[in-house]
Amino acid sequence: MAKPHHKSKLRDLMAGYSFMSPAIVILGCFLLLPIAYSIFLSFHRVNLLGTVSYKFTGTANFERMLDDPRLWIALRNTFKYALIVVPSQTLLAIVLASILNMKLRYRNFFRVAFYLPTVTSSAVLVLIFMWIYNSNGLLNFMLEAVGLPTYNWLGDPSVALLGIMIMNIWSTAPLFMVIYLAALQDIPETLYEAAEIDGASGWQKFWRITLPQLKPVTFYVIVMGIIGTFQLFDQSYIFSAGSGGPNNATLTMVLLIYQYAFKSLDMGYASALAFLLAVVIMLITVVQRLIFKEERLN
Amino acid sequence: MRTSINRFRPLFYVLLGIYALITFIPFLWAMSASFKTLPEIVAGGMSFIPKHFTFDNYRTIFHQEPLFTRWFLNSALIAVSVTVFNLLFNSMAGYALARIRFPGSSLMFFSILAMIMIPGQLTIIPSYLIIKTLGWLNSYQAIIVPMAAQATYIFMMRQFFISFPRELEEASQLDGLSRFGLFFRVVLPLAKPALAAQTIFIFMGAWNEFLKPLMLMSDKAMFTLSVGLNTFKGQYISFWNYIMAASIIMTIPALLIYIFFNRFFVKGITFTGTK
Repeated sequence: MAKPHHKSKLRDLMAGYSFMSPAIVILGCFLLLPIAYSIFLSFHRVNLLGTVSYKFTGTANFERMLDDPRLWIALRNTFKYALIVVPSQTLLAIVLASILNMKLRYRNFFRVAFYLPTVTSSAVLVLIFMWIYNSNGLLNFMLEAVGLPTYNWLGDPSVALLGIMIMNIWSTAPLFMVIYLAALQDIPETLYEAAEIDGASGWQKFWRITLPQLKPVTFYVIVMGIIGTFQLFDQSYIFSAGSGGPNNATLTMVLLIYQYAFKSLDMGYASALAFLLAVVIMLITVVQRLIFKEERLN
Repeated sequence: MRTSINRFRPLFYVLLGIYALITFIPFLWAMSASFKTLPEIVAGGMSFIPKHFTFDNYRTIFHQEPLFTRWFLNSALIAVSVTVFNLLFNSMAGYALARIRFPGSSLMFFSILAMIMIPGQLTIIPSYLIIKTLGWLNSYQAIIVPMAAQATYIFMMRQFFISFPRELEEASQLDGLSRFGLFFRVVLPLAKPALAAQTIFIFMGAWNEFLKPLMLMSDKAMFTLSVGLNTFKGQYISFWNYIMAASIIMTIPALLIYIFFNRFFVKGITFTGTK
């Protein structure tokens, strides 16, 4: 009896590893190895000319960050961006999801339609918005029509980031709307029925039941929004043709890392920046997961 | 309470209508530009309907930019291969983690969970150096292989197979099917909803990917459509009719996939939470 059991164990071992092997090889070579490599790079000066060579520089790359004016500009842009985009897209997502969750007719059509920007490539979206923003474009035309001041959206440093913000609120809110929609459908109907017996109005139900029930999802959406802000790249790269301009107004963290790595070929310093960015993002994720878990247990 | 909703019902329809307009206007404006002549574009104006409707812009981009077709095919080849590999490898790994007991499986499962949390930005530079060392710069495998399996979807498939009825597999096992036969002939065909949700996200992600081809492909013939579009913009500055025609062409495949797989979408989104 013992032998066949042993045999089936061996067979499971073989099957397990052969099923896992493609994933192990790919994730090992292109995820785990790069992680270790990036930590190594962060503490080295990398010479890319000829054969790649490294020189250990200790914490020099990290010390350099303290007096890198462009890093502080990128952080300031990220902060400004998060401060406006995250609350706006969250609020918009809640409002749209709540309306879609009322049993209105054609709600499926609206849901599918609203989601459209999210499936469109960021390269295409940026081009479409640049076409709308250009000084002779649709947005200025509309602003003029209602008597508002017009701007040089693409060239004026004071509004360039705002242009990207508007575009991203428009393209990201629908994603969070769908997440809210799923959360709304998870709220037990009995809560509303109980409130109705107590004579609660539609608004009261929304404020007293719906919003409190959405608290964990809202927290999740805000954290995802902040992380997305830190990861902004395509939009500012295409918008500014890779420069982060006008006058560094659209410079983001990832664009800065890209410029250091592939324009200045300073891969050591760029890796140190990427490492720091990753640590910040992972800390935010871990805190979010811990709080989320606690909320669920309560 | 019923009455209060009913009273506001028209207001809610108006709000939905307004937001639908806000969603559609940029796309319609882009599409209208792609059918306009250059003089009409330069003249400005707010008309969505072209005065002289023309297909010339579409014709021109394929003729003037001989690489445009190549970029389209590059994007298609990369997106399709990445999707096929992911469907296969993620399901295999997810199935093993859910159903097969073997030493090291729980370590692998927790590693997968940890990998999901690692932001992609961390691996950009080292991946570039690894791919350069392999001599893969300016090749399809530079993008396809590193993207061929993804931790998020391995986890998704594992969760899917865990809640999958065991009886079917047990019955087939009695029929003498091997693990592989069982997986490919019984399990995979029944996993269609999960595979469909994955297809959307992975195809979109690969089709729309910008940073990877930007850094890995310096040879113009190897550009994908997203990177090609960006150079195209630099070349044809203020030729918005061409730029918009090219943008519309890039949007169509992703749009078709979205419409076709739409009903599996919500499920997938609530699962992964991100694009």
